[in-house]
Amino acid sequence: MTSIEARVLQPYKYGFVTDIESELAPAGLNDDIIRLISQKKGEPEWMLEWRLKAYRHWLTMPEPKWANVRYGPIDYQAIHYYAAPKQRKQFTSLDEVDPKLLETFERLGIPISEQKRLAGVAVDAVFDSVSVATTFKETLAKAGVIFLPISEAIREHPDLVRKWLGSVVPYNDNFFAALNSAVFTDGSFAYIPKGVRCPMELSTYFRINAQATGQFERTLIVAEEGSYVSYLEGCSAPSRDENQLHAAVVELVALDDAEIKYSTIQNWYPGDEEGKGGIYNFVTKRGKCAGRNSKISWTQVETGSAITWKYPGCILQGDNSIGEFYSVAVTNNRQQADTGTKMIHLGKNTRSTIVSKGISAGHGQNTYRGLVKIMKGADGARNYSQCDSMLIGDQCGAHTFPYIDVRNSSAIMEHEASTSKIGEDQIFYLRQRGLKAEDAVSMIVNGFCKEVFRALPMEFAVEAQNLLSISLEGSVG
Amino acid sequence: MPPMLEITNLHVSADGREILKGVDLVVNAGEVHAIMGPNGSGKSTLAQALAGHPAYVITQGSVRYEGRDLLDMDPEERAQAGVFLAFQYPVAIRGVTNAYFLRSALNAIRKVRGEPELDPMDFIQVLEEKLRAIGWDDSFIHRPVNEGFSGGEKKRNEILQMAVLEPKLAVLDETDSGLDIDALQTVAEAVNRLRSPSRATVVVTHYQRLLNYIVPDFVHVLVDGRIARSGDKALALELEEKGYDWVKPEAAVA
Repeated sequence: MTSIEARVLQPYKYGFVTDIESELAPAGLNDDIIRLISQKKGEPEWMLEWRLKAYRHWLTMPEPKWANVRYGPIDYQAIHYYAAPKQRKQFTSLDEVDPKLLETFERLGIPISEQKRLAGVAVDAVFDSVSVATTFKETLAKAGVIFLPISEAIREHPDLVRKWLGSVVPYNDNFFAALNSAVFTDGSFAYIPKGVRCPMELSTYFRINAQATGQFERTLIVAEEGSYVSYLEGCSAPSRDENQLHAAVVELVALDDAEIKYSTIQNWYPGDEEGKGGIYNFVTKRGKCAGRNSKISWTQVETGSAITWKYPGCILQGDNSIGEFYSVAVTNNRQQADTGTKMIHLGKNTRSTIVSKGISAGHGQNTYRGLVKIMKGADGARNYSQCDSMLIGDQCGAHTFPYIDVRNSSAIMEHEASTSKIGEDQIFYLRQRGLKAEDAVSMIVNGFCKEVFRALPMEFAVEAQNLLSISLEGSVG
Repeated sequence: MPPMLEITNLHVSADGREILKGVDLVVNAGEVHAIMGPNGSGKSTLAQALAGHPAYVITQGSVRYEGRDLLDMDPEERAQAGVFLAFQYPVAIRGVTNAYFLRSALNAIRKVRGEPELDPMDFIQVLEEKLRAIGWDDSFIHRPVNEGFSGGEKKRNEILQMAVLEPKLAVLDETDSGLDIDALQTVAEAVNRLRSPSRATVVVTHYQRLLNYIVPDFVHVLVDGRIARSGDKALALELEEKGYDWVKPEAAVA
């Protein structure tokens, strides 16, 4: 045990700051700032009005305090709501992009450079509030797929955006969604036309760089009848002493026979061992299975953030629609997480699957909060939920709050839960067979998370496993 | 050639309490030694301490393995050097199959020996060969390590691992506890098939019964943390007849 405890925690290697000139709006939130954002983005009038409506509503809302997480008060007037790296307006090739920016993305391992295009992943990299480059536009355009920063989509495809924006997460859904609706600065927009199987995995990389900024990205993905898309989101942020707010909104819409696979690997700065600094990750993610036989799966590996508060969920409106949620959430040192999912069954013969793996280490507090709601008209609904917690050491906590609300007697619900501990005995057993201690922890944790990793796109399953080992280093004790 | 294992005046404590109070033992390659003793005598402590379990603190004495200072080595280093412990209570590792676990362990050991690592295909062949050698089928291969295994299956899994990892020094910690006669015979037969002039085996057991199948060259009786008496297999039979009390007065004298 002493040799494990003595191992130094791997420092957060994405904590670097890019020395680049940023254009920073003054701190504070008011009508003028919102107009500034809208103007910077070149938005049509309806978009500005939508933002202002959300802002007015936000002003009337009390901040929610029910989550099982503790944090100091957020001063919304101390945040800069717009930060953009200063650079030339439009660019058609990567040669025109600030090289320091590209260097940042290379350090993060983002395949934005020309050579990495061969890997075949279309990447939309968002640096603070601006999407720096979107690759593969032509290939996707040939298939009819639209994949753009949302700010561009609002300008180039206003009708499409207007039709679906807010249709899954209305501006008044909750406090942070209202805030996001008022001040979102960028995010991804993806539209897959009828019958098209998106020819490549779509990916977005978010990075928060400037101090005291919030990242309020907004993502909207619409899959028309019979289409398919797999989307990956990855995130990181520099180490800073103060907390930064990340209040994003993601809306997914799947029409008849369509499928959306949304995977997230989140590695936001988690704060230091004392719990100082770190990102507040307060996110609203929701998918609407609007069409018959539609399917939406959420797969997430959350290893970062000081506080994670999110419930990616599915509204199973179309008959025979399917919603899935696979999650691994890690809390180490002083991290806190209150995360889970909401599955709302409305249509007939709908199915939902929930597999949640919570890993707590150090003084981490990990809460699973899940809602399975079967509405009156949801004949033949089925749900399978499995919530497993793993505790590493004796200073951490795991909590489970499952909510089950069934209003149709034909529903079939299955729920399993388990709590386990990585003990010295398991580590010793593996060491006695020749494995090093950190490989032992890795093996045990990977075995625990296997079902979730299997749901990730292959390339990212490897990254997820590596991330998991790194975030748990030094934790066994 | 130095003895494979040389334990000199070993004192081991756990939770601040001294359990082994000066154990001396020499084991040479090719030999099978049995360690017997009443409950609380320190048999398992000896086995676990040899493997390097962190709960056991060495307060005095030395252990040399092939001439090296064993106590100075991490548990995985000892394993990589050929020390194997068949646990009395093997733990389960959820979601990790036996095949994957064993391949990782074997590769860790091969790496240290400078041998190339085995990929899953090659490994399955090695595994099946080993199973044939000990006369077992492959029903264990794709099950998660010890999860949902019966007591007998867990003990068999320990011996399978031993067959795959090919240790030089195998320490079996009460491998017979909780086994019925059939299971006992199966396990014993596998152990016997693995005997070789270059391997040494230390069998820790409470009952003489196992020693009918795994016939020892030497028998040692551990009482109150010390080896009170040593002999050959006849000693085991004498203990079965007379019990441990018979040995104890001699321990007090020592």
